Amino acid sequence: MAPIVSIRDLTKTYANGFKALKGVNLDIERGEILALLGPNGAGKTTLISIVCGIVNPSGGEVLVDGHDVVKDFRVTRSLIGLVPQELTTDQFETVWNTVRFSRGLHGCKPDPVYIEKILRELSLWDKRDNMMRQLSGGMKRRVLIAKALAYEPRILFLDEPTAGVDVNLRKDMWKVVERLRAAGVTIILTTHYIEEAEEIADRVGVINGGELLLVEDKNTLMKKLGRKQLILELAEPIDTVPTGLADLGLELNGSRNRLVYDYDADKEHAIAAVLSRMVKEGIHFRDLSTRQSSLEDIFVALVGEKA
Amino acid sequence: MNFEAIKVIYSAEMARTRRTLLQSVVSPVISTSLYFIVFGTAIGSRIDDIGGVSYGAFITPGLIMLTLLTQCISNGSFGIYFPKFTGTIYEVLSAPIALTEILIGYVGAAATKGLIVGTIILATATFFVDISIAHPFMMILFFVLTAVTFSLFGFMIGVWARDFEQLNLIPMLVVPPLTFLGGSFYSIDMLPPFWQTVSHFNPVLYLVSGFRWSFFQIADVNPMVSLVMVSGFLAVCLATLAWMFRTGYKLKN
Repeated sequence: MAPIVSIRDLTKTYANGFKALKGVNLDIERGEILALLGPNGAGKTTLISIVCGIVNPSGGEVLVDGHDVVKDFRVTRSLIGLVPQELTTDQFETVWNTVRFSRGLHGCKPDPVYIEKILRELSLWDKRDNMMRQLSGGMKRRVLIAKALAYEPRILFLDEPTAGVDVNLRKDMWKVVERLRAAGVTIILTTHYIEEAEEIADRVGVINGGELLLVEDKNTLMKKLGRKQLILELAEPIDTVPTGLADLGLELNGSRNRLVYDYDADKEHAIAAVLSRMVKEGIHFRDLSTRQSSLEDIFVALVGEKA
Repeated sequence: MNFEAIKVIYSAEMARTRRTLLQSVVSPVISTSLYFIVFGTAIGSRIDDIGGVSYGAFITPGLIMLTLLTQCISNGSFGIYFPKFTGTIYEVLSAPIALTEILIGYVGAAATKGLIVGTIILATATFFVDISIAHPFMMILFFVLTAVTFSLFGFMIGVWARDFEQLNLIPMLVVPPLTFLGGSFYSIDMLPPFWQTVSHFNPVLYLVSGFRWSFFQIADVNPMVSLVMVSGFLAVCLATLAWMFRTGYKLKN
């Protein structure tokens, strides 16, 4: 099936000359959860803003469900929901009114029953008559999510949804995300919390300096770029790595009582070979552990390479 | 056309007026009543009739226009500047709506507010002076055209303004001189010839003159010329806004 969002050679240069996007190509599949990772100023928000219609692109093309976001904006924007990064709200509006406003703005007829369902799901029902300025930051974030859900979008952009929110809200939010995923909604989220992406995303994209460095199925990415380490605590210190083991690239630490072996995450059988060769060489160890690099390590390595 | 969007924008804007009733409605009515007391009754009683109309009645259309202009510019500019300032504009920009819906919603509400205030002032004026309306249809036409045009003009200022100072710059510095020198309080016949010519470059002259003509059938310029000028200014505002939205001027860049 054709991707639900198709981005081709997208560029954006702001009036001050800053190149926020330098030719991004990205296909987003229907019903997937895509996490976009990248440091501050990488271009994540600009990318989202162009797809949603908030920023004009300088070049390239974005198709949403086959429709151009500039020419057929009425179609594309009615499919897209956006939860922005900043807590931007009309301080003097009540929760109920602001959510109802979002629904109407997207051309949906009023539906109090549906809005009540969303507010209850996000634990906002008791606050429905409160003004926005009376709410805490976490509550405002919930309202922004409710506003985006109010018009039942098929594609939902969450721009740093968990920045500065407590555990309860995160849990509530991931519950909502799960429900949306089950209903076939495509979700694109940007985040700094890499463990979050690791946990919920199907695919991961990494952006830095206005370029998309990679987009990969999360598990494939972990396998492909993930490194594993075998750490062996030696029973007796040794002076050097025995020549019989030289081809393995073992590293001996400063205290000469620990050997570290680096290997690819998908070559798990390598450990057995290393261990049996060590026994042959007469090196005994008192403990061993393995460690897998996280998405965070992968991310740091990727972004670091380019920087 | 996204009618639901127009409905929610319009009602949200009108709800803001209800929340700020004192500032939006009561305050302009009080200040205009003061003009009536000072210029209409106190000083006006010592001024001769102009074109057969008592001075108090003569200045009424001008005073209504003065308030209508100020109110519509301020409502129109604030309506769009406020979401820009708070950042909630993201929602309007990412909604499936075009300039048409945005304008009908925001500018429609701004003009409605201006018209409500203008009507209240007209009603208040009847307590101070005798008012008769010679051409009610033309009066309503001038009234509505002016409200819409200057709400559009205000909307443009709201899109353009970078901060609150810029937002207030034109309403505070440009509009009062134009209205005061546009014949709100006098007929331009009273001016030396040079200043009469200068006055013809002032758009407000045409509004006040046309509006006054619909009441008393006395005018500084031909009422049809007034109508053409107001419509022309409306067209200029619409064209400028269409350009602003097409290019994303100050909104999408």
